[in-house]
Formats: sequence, C-alpha cells, structure tokens
Amino acid sequence: MDALIPQLLNGSAQGALLLLAALGLSLTFGQMGVINMAHGEFLMLGAFTAYLVQQVIAAGDLSIPVALPVAFAGAGLFGLLLEVTIIRWMYRRPLDTLLVTVGVSLILQQAALQIFPSQGVPVEKPGWLDGQLNVLGYGWPLRQVFTIALAAVCVTALSAWLKYTSFGRRIRATVHNRDLAETTGISTRSIDRLTFFVGSGLAGIAGVAASLIGGTNSQMGAQYIIPAFLVVAAGGIGQLKGTIIAAWAVGVALSCFAYWTTGSLAQVLAFILVIVFLQVRPQGLFTVRTRSLA
Amino acid sequence: MFTTTTTTTRRRTLVTTGALGMTLALVLAGCGARAGDDPAAAGSSPAASCVDTSGGTVKLGFLNSLTGGMAISEKTVSNVLHMAADEINNGGGILGKKIQYVQEDGATDWPTFAEKTEKLLTQDCVAAIFGGWTSSSRKAVKPVVEKLNGLFFYPVQYEGLESSPNIYYTGATTNQQIIPAMDFLAAKGVKTLFLAGSDYVFPRTANAIIKLYAAKLGIKIVGEEYVPLDKDDWTSQVAKIVAAKPDFIFNTINGSSNVGFVKAYYDAGLTPAKTPIISVSIAEEEAPAMGHEVTGNYASWNYFQSLKTPTNPKFIQSWKAYPNSSGVTSDPMEAAYISLYLYKSLVEAAGSFDVDAVNAAAKSHTITFDAPEGKVTLNGKNHHISKPGHIGQINASNQFDIVWASGKFIEPDPYLEGYGWFPADIRKQLVDAAG
Repeated sequence: MDALIPQLLNGSAQGALLLLAALGLSLTFGQMGVINMAHGEFLMLGAFTAYLVQQVIAAGDLSIPVALPVAFAGAGLFGLLLEVTIIRWMYRRPLDTLLVTVGVSLILQQAALQIFPSQGVPVEKPGWLDGQLNVLGYGWPLRQVFTIALAAVCVTALSAWLKYTSFGRRIRATVHNRDLAETTGISTRSIDRLTFFVGSGLAGIAGVAASLIGGTNSQMGAQYIIPAFLVVAAGGIGQLKGTIIAAWAVGVALSCFAYWTTGSLAQVLAFILVIVFLQVRPQGLFTVRTRSLA
Repeated sequence: MFTTTTTTTRRRTLVTTGALGMTLALVLAGCGARAGDDPAAAGSSPAASCVDTSGGTVKLGFLNSLTGGMAISEKTVSNVLHMAADEINNGGGILGKKIQYVQEDGATDWPTFAEKTEKLLTQDCVAAIFGGWTSSSRKAVKPVVEKLNGLFFYPVQYEGLESSPNIYYTGATTNQQIIPAMDFLAAKGVKTLFLAGSDYVFPRTANAIIKLYAAKLGIKIVGEEYVPLDKDDWTSQVAKIVAAKPDFIFNTINGSSNVGFVKAYYDAGLTPAKTPIISVSIAEEEAPAMGHEVTGNYASWNYFQSLKTPTNPKFIQSWKAYPNSSGVTSDPMEAAYISLYLYKSLVEAAGSFDVDAVNAAAKSHTITFDAPEGKVTLNGKNHHISKPGHIGQINASNQFDIVWASGKFIEPDPYLEGYGWFPADIRKQLVDAAG
C-alpha cells in the first residue's frame, strides 16, 4: 500500500506533463484535424525560452513565472507562422500535413542544434520548487506538485475559454460543422489561425514544465510527440475531458509499471495498454457527435 | 471521394512495391557483381585499394553524426578532429603529406554509417576513417571496414569485448574505466551500490561486469534500473533508490537522460554528501548542462581537463582558441585527438599509408603518443591503448578534482582475460549477445 501512494502521485505528475503536451494537440489535431508532427518542437521552443529568460533575469525565483507567458506567446507565434505559410494550404489533406510537419520538425531540431550548444542548455529550478511535500510519509517533490498545478490551470483556462468566450463558441461551431459555421458569418480562416496559435502556445508552456524535468536540447521534442498523440487518440478526438483522463491514466500506468518492472518495460506495457484500448474502443473514451460529413 | 482515395492509395502502394522491387533487384545485382569481384580482389589484395598518395596530400575520412540525436555529442568530436588535422598539417603533415579530410555525416542512423564508410573507402579513397560514438555506429562500420580492408579509429569509451584488425580503439575499454571506478569504491569502503543505466548494450554489459566484480569486492548491489535512452523522466526509478538507501549510485546513463536523472535525484532530496553518484558519461561538457549543481559527485575517466601532464596545457589552449569551441576539454574529445596522432605515429612507423603495412607496424613497433592524459602505448594485438585510470570529483566550477588515480597505466584488456573473477561462459554469452 505504501508503495502505491508514491506511484499514484508520481504518475499523476507524469500524466500532468503528458496532458500539457497533449492539450495543444487536442486543439490542433482534435478540433482541426491537423496532424502536427512539429508540436514536439514547439514544446522544445518553450524549453529554450525558459533558458533564454533565465539568461536575461537570472535563474531567480521569478524566471519560471515570467517564462510561461513568454513561451506561450513565442511558441504560439511560431505555430501561427506555420499555419499561415504551410498548413492553410493543406487542410483537406491530413496525410500531407503529417509529412510536411515532420519536415518542419527536422528543420527546427537542426536549427536548435546550430544555435544552442549541442550538449543542451541548463534550465535551473527556482528556489521555491526545492524540497518535498510530505504525503503520508512520502516526500513528494514540489516540482511534481507544480507540474500538476500548471496543468490544472491550463485546462481550466482552456475549457473556460472554449465554453464562455465568443472565440470559444466560434471554434466549437467550426469544429461541429465548418460549412454551416461559415454561412452564419464566422470567419473560419481566422478561427483556424487562432486555434493554431493557442494550441502551439500550450506546447510552449508544456516545454517550460519539461525543462524542469529533463534535458533542454534539440532532441527533447521527440520523446513527447508520440505519447501526446496516443493520449489524444485514446481520450477521444476533440474532447478535453477524454484527453485529461487518458493522460492521467497513461501517467499512472507508466509510473506503476516502472515501479513493478523496469523503466523500459513500463513504456512498452503502457503503450500496449493504450493500443489494446483503442482496438476495443477506436473512437476513444469520449466522442463528439458532429453534423459535418467528413 | 472515398473510392478515389482508395484507388490512389492502392496505386501508390503498387508504385511503392514496384520501386521496392526494382531497388531490391539493383541491390542484388550489385551484390552479385561484388561477390564476383571478390576472388580477384583477394588475389591482388591490398593493391585493390584506390588510395592515392602520389600528390602532396593524403585523404582521411571523418564520420560523425552532425544531424540527429547523437549530434549532441559527435559534433564536438568532429571539431576536435578538424583541429588535430590542422595541427598536424601545420607541423608538416604525415610522412610529409598534408591531411585533406572528407567530413561525412552519419546522421545518427546506423545504416548511414555503413553506407558512408563504404563511400569514403571506395569513392573518396580515404586512407583511414575516424569517428563514430555509439556502439551501434561502430558495429555498423565494422563489417564494412573488414570487408574492404579499411581502417577505422573509434574514440569513445565502450563496453569492450571486441577487437577487429581494422579498428583502433582510443577510448577506454571496461578494465580502464569501470574496473578502476569499482576499485575506487572499494577503497572508499562502499558496502552497497545501486546501478542506474540507459537501456542499451553499454550499460547492460558494464553492469554485468560490475555485478561480478562487486561480488568479489564484497559490495552488495541493492538495485538495478534501466530507462530508455530517449526518456528523461527518472522520478519512479529514483524513488526506488531512495527506498534502497545505497552508499553509492553507479551511473551508466547516457545523453540527455542524465539531466532528468540528476534533476529527479535532487528533487527526491538525495545529496552527494549521503548518496553520491559515480558516472561514466558525465564529463566537463555535460556537468554545466544539468540545470542543477552537481558538485560533490564523481566521474571515472582517463582524461580530465584538470590533469597536470606536460602536453595537457597545449591541448586545452588550442581547443579554447579553436572556432566554435565549447571552451572545455573532455575525455572523448581527447580520445579523438589521440586517434589522429596515433594514426600519424603508425603511418610513420610503417613508412606507408597501406593498411596491411600499418597493421604490421602496430605489431612490430612500440607505438606511443604523448597524449594530454599521459604517454599512451598502443597494444598491437588488440588495437586498444594503455590508459591511466582517474576518478574526479566535481567542484563548484564544474571541473573535476582528481581524488584517485590508478598510478600506473592500465593495459587494455577488452575481453577481461586477465581477471580471474570474470568467467569464460559469461564472456562468451556477452560477446554473443553484443553480436
């Protein structure tokens, strides 16, 4: 039993990071149907932003809170640029977006390798994240608590934005039926751009969280992109609550398997679980009923 | 709509299959031709080599991953090789011939390493190839250099259990890095040890050796954990370390996963004062990139920037002055530096760039080089070099204070034949497993 609590807490934190990485995808992939393989590199941009911010205002207590909005805006603008220059030409060709964005991700990786030291850059944890929170005798690293809090804030903000603002309503209308949305006067072009901006920006925030956990280097995006896609697929396309539950479940499964078996086997087992689940329920946990024909 | 898509897909599949078939046929034809050529080539043997040194230059190939995941480490090696080539050229070259290098990108892809090796040997006609980092890249190059009778110089510490007439190894084998680290732990009175590694051949083999030697030294292994190379989050595994309370952690993690390990280690409240880490892949370049102070932890290498040897200051100075330099020197960089100079000594002893003549010189002459780590001697039988063992402790400026030294230079013993505790059946098993 006392082995279970650390794994649950640790798994929730891993799930929170997965969720942060998957949130943006659930917008761009889930809502718009764009398979953006460069999403992991937008995450990398966020992590490098955290490093750059720490160069400017020193690795003090403020650096991470400042880095979060900067990373959001930075990665968001990159996403916007990608949408305006490339993605907009291939909305009806999802397989082509996959190929093109793989290319973009390679370009971004190599660019990062050229610009930053090849070994990667250090992102330091602010002082207020030092230490552990005592949960029933287990010292829960504060950094994990922070990841969960950050994910919670992002999810709340995103769902409130989708639900209560006029932008959110227009996005949902576009997802449900693009043609009908257009006839009601919604500019689906600007909605697409906005969705892509927010989705990519969320990857930037995930990058800041990831920079506190692992290395910040040109290759870091690759380790998040596939799990993030799996989480979105398992959660059900276009459904925020599905993504949340799936991310948490995968995180806890990864953590428990890692404890019972080994780190390598845990990856395999967790992904087998997701694949089996998708075999049984290909539409994912939750589904959106749309009136569009696609 | 749907029907059209399906047809296109099917047509594409057909085209792809066709293309595949064509390629296969071409490859087979190529193989056939080569197989036919082989007996003739064997007859005239090394004369078949197209290396041309009649002019004032000798062509050498540098094969490093400049793109993809391993570029993180291999770019530096490539830069050091360029620096060494410039140095040698300024000093008059090799046998009076200036080095003209051909840089190729292995692209972190092992078949590419094999293809580029073949290209360098058969099209560029280089006299020798330098580079590689991962064991997978070396194992991709090995059959090609052996088939074409080329030379490959490999500059990174590795898991040993290998020796090829066409490869020279200038990094440490296990008895020059892993075993000294264990001797150091035993001297420190360590009783319990936790093994943390990335999941691939080097950590697995290293840990198999560590477990055997630990049993002999009376050190208890209280846990063993592996995480895939491309995964950074070590939190679950570090929780197990906290529970196991070892005296020391033996770290065979490689690459960026080390950053995740170090962060999880400090997050869990572990400290070098109570549970120090000894690493075999964290050097001067990696230490400052951890995003956390790593002061007080240890590393086992042959070379450290802080070593006081006659030739080290010059090496450090040249590197600092080199464009794109990271400013610090490290063990793999030094081993790459050695590799080019070792080749120079070999060629000069042989009086020729011919592969068989070079290999004969390795056996008949005592080839030495005043390396930054000290005067290393080539072992003509197994093509590895003697090295001093050093343990460094990381200080506040991310340099290493030398806290232990093997004293004499350690003779390379890739198959650990001089170590009675290493059973022959396990050796065979590990060699077979490593392929």
